[in-house]
Amino acid sequence: MKAAVISFPGSNCDYDMYYALKNWQITPTIVPASVTDLTAYDVIFLPGGFSYGDYLRTGAIAQFSPIMQALQTANAAGKLIIGICNGFQILTEAGLLPGTLQTNQNPGFICTTTALHIVNSTSAFSSAYQKTDINLPIAHGEGNYYIDDEQLSQLKANNQIIFTYNDNPNGSVANIAGVTNVAGNVFGMMPHPERAVETILNNTDGQAFFTSIINFLNQKTEAVKA
Amino acid sequence: MTPTYHEPTPAEIKTAKLYLPWGLTTQEYDLITTKLKRLPNYTETGLFAAMWSEHCSYKKSKPVLRRFWSQNERVLQGPGEGAGILDIGDNQAVVFKAESHNHPSAVEPYEGAATGVGGILRDIFSMGAQPIALLDSLRFGEINDAHTKYLINEIVAGIAGYGNAIGIPTVGGDTAFDDTYAGNPLVNVMAVGLLDQAAMKVGQAKGADNAIIYVGAKTGRDGIHGATFASAAFSDEAHVDRSAVQVGDPFTEKLVMDATIEIATKYPELVIGIQDMGAAGLVSSSAEMAAKAKMGVNLNLDLVPQRETNMTPYELMLSESQERMLLVIKKGAEQKIIAVFARYGLDAVVIGRVTADERYRLTFQAKTVADLDVQFLTHAPNYQLPSVKPTRLIQANPHQYQPVITDFKTTLLSLLAQPTIASKASLYQHFDSMVRTNTVVGPGSDAAVLRIRDTKKALAMTTDVNGRYLYLDPFNGAQMAVAEAARNIIAAGAEPIGITDCLNFGNPDKPEVYYELTQAGAGITAFAKAINTPVISGNVSLYNEYNDEAIYPTPMIGMVGLHTDVAHITTQSFKNAGDLIYLVGQTTDAFNGSEIQKLETGQITGALFGFDAQQEVTNQQGVLAAIRGGVVNSAHDLAEGGLAVALAEATFGTALGFTVNFNGTDAQLFSETQGRFIISVDPANQATFESYFSADLTQIGTVTATRQLVFNTKLSTTEIDQKTAYQTWKDALKWRLK
Repeated sequence: MKAAVISFPGSNCDYDMYYALKNWQITPTIVPASVTDLTAYDVIFLPGGFSYGDYLRTGAIAQFSPIMQALQTANAAGKLIIGICNGFQILTEAGLLPGTLQTNQNPGFICTTTALHIVNSTSAFSSAYQKTDINLPIAHGEGNYYIDDEQLSQLKANNQIIFTYNDNPNGSVANIAGVTNVAGNVFGMMPHPERAVETILNNTDGQAFFTSIINFLNQKTEAVKA
Repeated sequence: MTPTYHEPTPAEIKTAKLYLPWGLTTQEYDLITTKLKRLPNYTETGLFAAMWSEHCSYKKSKPVLRRFWSQNERVLQGPGEGAGILDIGDNQAVVFKAESHNHPSAVEPYEGAATGVGGILRDIFSMGAQPIALLDSLRFGEINDAHTKYLINEIVAGIAGYGNAIGIPTVGGDTAFDDTYAGNPLVNVMAVGLLDQAAMKVGQAKGADNAIIYVGAKTGRDGIHGATFASAAFSDEAHVDRSAVQVGDPFTEKLVMDATIEIATKYPELVIGIQDMGAAGLVSSSAEMAAKAKMGVNLNLDLVPQRETNMTPYELMLSESQERMLLVIKKGAEQKIIAVFARYGLDAVVIGRVTADERYRLTFQAKTVADLDVQFLTHAPNYQLPSVKPTRLIQANPHQYQPVITDFKTTLLSLLAQPTIASKASLYQHFDSMVRTNTVVGPGSDAAVLRIRDTKKALAMTTDVNGRYLYLDPFNGAQMAVAEAARNIIAAGAEPIGITDCLNFGNPDKPEVYYELTQAGAGITAFAKAINTPVISGNVSLYNEYNDEAIYPTPMIGMVGLHTDVAHITTQSFKNAGDLIYLVGQTTDAFNGSEIQKLETGQITGALFGFDAQQEVTNQQGVLAAIRGGVVNSAHDLAEGGLAVALAEATFGTALGFTVNFNGTDAQLFSETQGRFIISVDPANQATFESYFSADLTQIGTVTATRQLVFNTKLSTTEIDQKTAYQTWKDALKWRLK
């Protein structure tokens, strides 16, 4: 199984994602944002960081990178596309996910570990969790998810909300921490599962996130074979 | 050598003594004219003023720095380069240095702090190393006015803004508050890097005809030395405004960092030298690289990438624009290196060549604008300054202050709420401490710990100093700073291996301040030798004064420790109910300079309590051996607030309490005697644990499942609700900053 980790200039969690995936026997490749073809990969990750410095608005410049066309193509083909933190911000800027991410309600970057509730436990990103509440690190200054009431009811109706915060750290609407698109193949979240996959780092609640994705891809492969 | 643009002539410089506002003395100027056998022109005078400043030349602090002990079996690179380097085995090395950004942060706190982070990171990756961690040692006034709150918030935001964006975790440090820093806050930043020894680089311009390549951001008029004084005479208003503040750009620095590390690891044979353009920018980096290699340089200033128009040679050489590096590249390999930087979208331009003649030659618009002896330019005359023991030290009352404890519980809770002791989470939560996924122990424990991927090793790191101790006794106070740093490293389970420092002092031209500086330097070396931790890098920040009043002598000690096995990583929190609590070390009446003296009297007075170096070493070695023996569940260093505060801290973040029987007075629970730890041990390991100590070990109690802090002394019994203590400690700083 092959995973692309997209490295925008200014991405700084690209290698964290790379190592987290390597632990899962996936073959990850760091792919620069200048690349225009992603057909070789089964799953695509957009990691955290400050793409192009994010001086204007998070993800605002990244959405114009050459790689974005390849991401649209991958989405049309139904591939899994996963944005973590800055990756989530880029996916909303590019219109691949609904909603938008604003400055935290109490302005300022926050780095801590926060409790999450798994709202949808059947998604490609959550099916392997054996529990309903987990702890994951957050590290962001613009993680305040906004969506209007009408779109929020659609998110709920379609079970697009995967994770919510138990103790909302940034002011997100409906405590939303992670959402998918309608089709369920594009996912974004502010918390960092790639920072929580090793016992030595005191948190392994991110493991089931990656197991879920791998299980989903394996099932997909088997379905194709059948 | 007459420039075509409007600048004062050499004769005008001499007559009007234009060099004085730039910091050159008349004696120094006369020495220059005698040696040159002519008058220096405007550009050359500026070069000397910058290179002979204390910041670049250390002309006043050199006698102190020279006495630092800085060599042992691990040292691959001692002081004098971008950063010091220690061998940690397996062809790996740890690289670290600390730097102060006190003055810029006092004037423009956000950018001052941010560019401090950027500068220290360049020092690390200029050695070919990958930066892995940042620590901050901050000193502020007591939080009772809006300006101090503003400084705290902006400085923290500046550190966060730069460190988070560039993606290097900020994992620790120390923050303290005292009125002495109200008008002159201290912002010291330490960076740690990891190096594959094959990629090790130094800042040297070896090999005639090798290329000098400028990389990174373009040069503007920001941070030009003395610009405010000079501008009125020959420049327009706009230049003054832009000169005032340097602005950090972490995005560009990340690109410069990644590209620099890439060339150092990919082309080690082609990259001869790398140096950061820090203080005094282009002149300092190029002149130092040439001087260290005993070579010269020819630079063509027309080729320097510029972001403003009509810049003069003086401005180009003295600009302190950020995110710039200077490389010396083997002749013929220029395009290979330039191509790497081009891939990152960065400027990389050959601006000159190394020469064999030890001359520092600059050309601009086809004219030579400087032609100087490199060694002369980079070797300011040294000063031996007068030193006088301050009256307050001669007249200090030798008796220890005796605290009056009428209500033990209230006293403990008040101490836990003191900003220096209270939780700093409301500050450090703004720093990304986890990026790069190596942080095993983050902010809030005695020392931060990062594992080294694909090895069993880890690195512990900390910053420490208590300026109040040095104010009462600069020699012993400095020894205590090193000792506390070492206790923090050892409590984390690592062996201390080396030191970097920032020597923050007042005006050294005052004999009393110079006395403090020399005594502190001697104290650092004395205890550094005792524990085999050489001083491998550092910086000096003098003239930290407000209204002619010097800050407390504050030599920040940054220390790094090595875990040979990640299994030894230990934290300060109690782990299990039923574990035995031990106190390592003797407790005496050590109250002058303590938190309790400050709390009860509002002052710091008297002679500092003593320091038993031998006892300190013995206790530290016992604790490290016991941790390596696998019989320690938690270890915590005793510092400000003494035993009572340390015990309470060991329960914070847990649902545990303790019962302690202390064979001393109530007041002694707050004594700050050095050389002490509290350790918790599984009762099954009691005998093994005790075998690591021959004396100075007392079992003082047990960890309990009930969340009560129970103190029994010779005089009283006190029970304090653990949740109340925790909330008081956790929220005190947050509320004060509101």
